Amino acid sequence: MPSNRQIRFFLKPLVFLACTAPLAWIGLRVIGFGPSLGPNPVEVLQDEFGIWTLRLLLATLAMTPMRYALGKAWPIRFRRMLGLFAFSYATLHFANYLVLDQQFDWALILEDILDRPFITVGFVGLMLLVPLAITSTRGWQSRLGKRWIRLHKLVYPATILVCWHFWWQVKKDATEPLIYVGLLILLLGARLWHNRRGARVKTTGPTTS
Amino acid sequence: MIIRKPADINPSEITPESVFHGRREFLRRAGLAGTGLLAGSGCAAEEDPAEDPGTLSKLEVASGSPYSTDAEPNSLEDIMSYNNFYEFGLDKSDPARLSGDFRPRPWSVTVDGEAELTGTFDLDDFIRPHPIEERVYRLRCVEAWSMVVPWNGIALGDLIKRFKPTSRAKYVAFETVVRPEEMPGQRRGVLDFPYVEGLTMAEAMNPLSILALGVYGVSLPNQNGAPIRLVVPWKYGFKSIKSIVRISFTEKEPPTTWNLAAPREYGFYANVNPEVNHPRWSQAKERTIGTGFFGEKKPTLMFNGYGEQVASLYEGMDLRKFY
Ligand code: HEM
Repeated sequence: MPSNRQIRFFLKPLVFLACTAPLAWIGLRVIGFGPSLGPNPVEVLQDEFGIWTLRLLLATLAMTPMRYALGKAWPIRFRRMLGLFAFSYATLHFANYLVLDQQFDWALILEDILDRPFITVGFVGLMLLVPLAITSTRGWQSRLGKRWIRLHKLVYPATILVCWHFWWQVKKDATEPLIYVGLLILLLGARLWHNRRGARVKTTGPTTS
Repeated sequence: MIIRKPADINPSEITPESVFHGRREFLRRAGLAGTGLLAGSGCAAEEDPAEDPGTLSKLEVASGSPYSTDAEPNSLEDIMSYNNFYEFGLDKSDPARLSGDFRPRPWSVTVDGEAELTGTFDLDDFIRPHPIEERVYRLRCVEAWSMVVPWNGIALGDLIKRFKPTSRAKYVAFETVVRPEEMPGQRRGVLDFPYVEGLTMAEAMNPLSILALGVYGVSLPNQNGAPIRLVVPWKYGFKSIKSIVRISFTEKEPPTTWNLAAPREYGFYANVNPEVNHPRWSQAKERTIGTGFFGEKKPTLMFNGYGEQVASLYEGMDLRKFY
């Protein structure tokens, strides 16, 4: 198990760098280093930001099962950073959609959000993440107390919705979104399994959840 | 090789200048092809193109056309690197990367159904009587992007007349080759292959409809539907079926691949229509490929701007119902 110092001065900076790497790589490609973004760069940005949002969301959700598996609490200390990075990529994904893709055509944007099911669920998913990002600070955490935990359960419907968004935007071959759906089911299943076990052993000792 | 006519006209005399420059740009790139940059062809530039079917050979293009748009064509690089051709893969970059094993020669086309002349024809014989024209057409994909492509092709209507369709022929059906060993996307079976498409007889006879054999004055690259494909510029791109091996004249409306895959999203007609909404993409505007990060989206035009030539085909039809 890593020590406090190792986490603060080594592992956290490492995870931070790892989370910025996709953005740095996309940035390099935008300014002409690395493989070209191709004939439709706006679409590539949309897809890259979208897929990294989803990966980071799943990474965030992996911390609790990891804690169960290891029987140690330290993975939880990475959860906030991963979650905020997921939200940052989601913001870039949405900003790219508003600015470069739809070019602020509000009528079309509204039509998309209301009438195109895959966009509707993506948008609702993003909206559910907003309060979580806002209340991610220690201050909010202590102010909300128990309610903080309840509020942050919104991450589950949000992730389910954005997986759905990914699935629905695929024209035909849903293999890739289904892989992410599978991972999500595993991560949520691990919680259920742990909690049921926890309920059974409740009388014999305290559990954390 | 598909050389139909002696080079008696200097192409710069009959080609819009931008296209001509594009062609020169291509030839420069073709030089690069020998170094292996051209998707999968892996041939040396000095080789006789006829000996390596993966090589693009030069075409003799007979004339410009009043049907050409004067919009600036996309670069050959854009045209060759951004393709929807599920036979090779799902990503736009897959057809360029994964079509290297495809052999567009020798090739034959079967004509059957309601026509007096039917049979299987070698491609060269199939197209021999027809001059290859340049047609610079707008291409509008149902995914809300567009390009301008300087096709080289023959008038579909002229070709159809040669086979003398009977009075029962109401539709023309087309079929793409099935070669899973050369087409990795077919091995994955994402769509029900063979890819099939169809037009009404009147649509097929419209002078805008062509069978393309080349682009920018060279034979079609594999990823663009070598060696022969349909181009119907007033319809969404998926109607313009690629690598055709069969043309059938039918009495009934033939099945079409995307309609079978998702009937509520893709109809038989699939005319470009900014007013008929699609559940995935608004069709009101389009992004022009090759305009970078800030290219302004343009409003999409009814029939992709070809209304003057084709609107009469659909008179009295409810285009919301027959989408
Ligand atoms: C947390 C929220 C979201 C996540 C995790 C997410 C994730 C994704 C993913 C994984 C893709 C597919 C990328 C690929 O094809 O490789 C995608 C595509 C897309 N998303 Fe999102 N998305 C989110 C929110 C939104 C929102 C709010 C909008 C717009 C209102 C949006 C609009 C789009 C569009 C337009 C595409 C591209 C479709 C295409 O390429 O044709 N997304 N998103």
